Amino acid sequence: MDNRHNDRLTIEGGVRAAIPHDSARKHVSGEATYTDDIPVPDGTLYAAIGISTHAHARITSLDLVPVASAPGVVAVLTAADVPGHNDVGPILQDETIFADGVVEYAGQSIFAVAARTIEQARRAARRAIVEYERREPVLTIDAALAAERFVLPSRTIRRGNPQASLAAAPHRLRGTLEMGGQDHFYLEGQVALAIPQEDGDMMIYSSTQHPTDVQRQVGRVLGLRVNAVTVEVRRMGGGFGGKESQAALFASVAALLANVTGRPVSLCLDRDDDMIMTGKRHEFHITYDVGFDDDGLIRGIELVMASRCGMSADLSGPVNDRAMFHADNAYYLENVSITSHRLKTNTVSNTAFRGFGGPQGMMGIEWVIDEIARHLGKDPLEVRKRNLYGDTERNVTPYEMTIEDNILHQLIEDLERSSDYQARRAAIHEFNATSPVLKRGIALTPVKFGISFTATHLNQAGALLHVFTDGSVHLNHAGTEMGQGVMTNVAQIVAEELQLDIDRIKITATNTGKVPNTSASAASATTDMNGAAAADAARTIKRRLIDVAVERFRVEPSQVAFRRNEVVIGDRVMPFEELVSLAHAARVQLSATGFYRTPKIHYDAERLRGRPFYYFAYGAAVSEVVIDTLTGEYMFPRVDILHDAGNPINAAIALGQVEGGFIQGMGWLTTEELYWDEEGRLMTHAPSTYKIPACGDTPPDFRVTLLESGQNREDVVYRSKAVGEPPLMLAISTFHAIKDAVASVGDYRLSPRLSAPATPERVLLAVEELRARLAARLVQLQPIEVH
Amino acid sequence: MSQQIPISVNVNGTLYERAVEPRLLLSDFLRHELELTGTHVGCEHGVCGACTVLLDGDAVRSCLLFAVQVDGHGLVTVEGLAPDASSDRLHPLQEAFREAHGLQCGFCTPGFLMTLVAFLEENPHPSEREIREVISGHLCRCTGYQSIVEATKIAARRSA
Repeated sequence: MDNRHNDRLTIEGGVRAAIPHDSARKHVSGEATYTDDIPVPDGTLYAAIGISTHAHARITSLDLVPVASAPGVVAVLTAADVPGHNDVGPILQDETIFADGVVEYAGQSIFAVAARTIEQARRAARRAIVEYERREPVLTIDAALAAERFVLPSRTIRRGNPQASLAAAPHRLRGTLEMGGQDHFYLEGQVALAIPQEDGDMMIYSSTQHPTDVQRQVGRVLGLRVNAVTVEVRRMGGGFGGKESQAALFASVAALLANVTGRPVSLCLDRDDDMIMTGKRHEFHITYDVGFDDDGLIRGIELVMASRCGMSADLSGPVNDRAMFHADNAYYLENVSITSHRLKTNTVSNTAFRGFGGPQGMMGIEWVIDEIARHLGKDPLEVRKRNLYGDTERNVTPYEMTIEDNILHQLIEDLERSSDYQARRAAIHEFNATSPVLKRGIALTPVKFGISFTATHLNQAGALLHVFTDGSVHLNHAGTEMGQGVMTNVAQIVAEELQLDIDRIKITATNTGKVPNTSASAASATTDMNGAAAADAARTIKRRLIDVAVERFRVEPSQVAFRRNEVVIGDRVMPFEELVSLAHAARVQLSATGFYRTPKIHYDAERLRGRPFYYFAYGAAVSEVVIDTLTGEYMFPRVDILHDAGNPINAAIALGQVEGGFIQGMGWLTTEELYWDEEGRLMTHAPSTYKIPACGDTPPDFRVTLLESGQNREDVVYRSKAVGEPPLMLAISTFHAIKDAVASVGDYRLSPRLSAPATPERVLLAVEELRARLAARLVQLQPIEVH
Repeated sequence: MSQQIPISVNVNGTLYERAVEPRLLLSDFLRHELELTGTHVGCEHGVCGACTVLLDGDAVRSCLLFAVQVDGHGLVTVEGLAPDASSDRLHPLQEAFREAHGLQCGFCTPGFLMTLVAFLEENPHPSEREIREVISGHLCRCTGYQSIVEATKIAARRSA
């Protein structure tokens, strides 16, 4: 094959090409249209929501006359004005649009107002006179546990005999790890534009990861059939799980106001209201009782996970299920029980956030392993390796799924070598021995993350493909773009399938009228599923074109091949568009739908057993930290990551997911602290008080590598692997590096007491606490660890 | 209606004369009055940097200024960065952000670009540390910043 011929085989922007994000040019020029940038029709009204100032109270009087009489106000709505169901719960119907008599968190929507300007609407909303009869709020995990307040029943997974194994184990430790939640802090806040249509139909532009959920909810709220509501989203300014179920409330309010006024209504939340009103990552307390041998091998373990779900169920069921499914992370737990409590508190209802419970589950077991190592005086990495899942034995999860694709042994070994872990660890110990104030720490932690929605029925996707007679292609699918690059990935797959340069593929806004009954863009599987659905549609079109060529030119199907914008038919070559025109003339359909359902998965939701995941994504990270023991401040001079993205569709996009996911996870475990006051009011509702990582917080030496030999063992589209969520959990290494640095203060003889997020304040307190314990121990010479 | 104040402001080379309310934010003026929606609003209190524009060449946060404060001044927004609106050409910094994947969702991108344009104007050969410091006044939730630093280095190298 000569080079010229080779060139002809390569299209622009096919699979494996690390091309820029499809919207990159529009992003840098300011032309990319986000929901609030859509030019609105004349007469559009602007909405604001009136919210509760109490975490738990009965509304004794609601005077909205001052609101209705405020300048510019056109409509005011309360629960009594909802024509359909006053509810936006995505799974259970336990969350109102407008509070009806009782408020259950500070920030809960009570009424909405539409006015001629956004300023008028926001000012008017503050004029309501609401009288409350305060009830005692239940705000914390401990208080909810004590009061036995749950949004959903507790669940337990058990295998073997953890009780007997604990009793028989040579060593035993008990404790609790507390970790906070996290605000999504998508740069674009929640926003919706509702435009009334003829016949009472409603068109909704929504910044949502789940257009179908918005469509169904708006239909239920307005009392319309689903087919009367159309939802469209071209792109979001970030989602991270915060626009999976949360977008429905705002779209519903805009739709209600549009419905009653007959005018378009825009609802764009201000940042403070967004942070106060929307759910976050679940705060967790994980209590453990672990038995192990002299090598650190876990013989038995009991884990109790208690999560703060807030005032309603939202997605807390599947989030907590996923936490349970990741309570093992990468480790074989032969005798185990995992109990999950889903607690009801008078705080905003917590929701999906990148990792969806997985990060909290993993944090628990990584902490336990670190505790075991510190108890035995071993390197935590040694204990981690000792407990890893085996390749052919010790390879069944507590939920009875056999792990068939484990690559962690090799991956960890490679990273340990490439990061120079052992030598650096020795150097750090040497440094700490002579450095009185600054202390360094290092940790390597692995990630094994299950890919698929745990609810089997959500694992389906659809696509719609039109080919036009000039050879251009219109692509639509169920995936939504939130910056993760799904539109680019799927377009590359279609370009590859049809062998067309990617500039021939028109990427179009996700729209419920084009691909219906979709699942959320979530669970990392958006490219996996929509890419496969789009490939299915492209193959259907190709088959029809091949049939045309076979009939017209009397060749065998095997003699027809698609190559770089052309079609080879026997010894004839013609432009793609020529064959398309022939097909059109022959009255052959040039539009196709595609569909995909993830194979192999099955899951008994009652028993929490089965194969909930098609496959696992793997990675590992080494983080090094230096802390100041006088102030608690710290920085991460170096981080090394080795992550398996399979054989990525677009390696640059995959790399961006790894880097960004890691930094977001680092924020969760280090600087991002959510603080509620004693009355349950969120005090950290803006970036001035809630600190997401800035560039200065990131490691100056950040070495991120995608596993070169990466190859999905399962038949995922082009053998790529989901990469949206897994890298977030690589940041568990940052927390444990901090813990390691704190431990050096006591010469590694005591284990630090640290909770997440490890803010500088908490690091300082952990250093002080450890020093105090050390002093007491030297005085009393009493053993402190539990056995 | 409250009193309206006439202002005249040059934005991206075009002179606009408008009457505005005294407390209208510059960010809202740009987005709603002039329909220059490339300037994004992320936090509305000067922390995230998404709304950054150039005021007489200096990077400023348009959510912390009133429209009346820019009366008689010159502004550049992200829409005015490219050298020639009629061609496809981008500013070297825009081009570097595009090709070096210095963005994901793109919402924070215009703000980063405006700060960096002013920064590179003053300091055409910055060290990596200087780049990291100047962009630490901006928030990006997607990228983890590495690709933004890289794109800035590329742009600086090319204009060297």
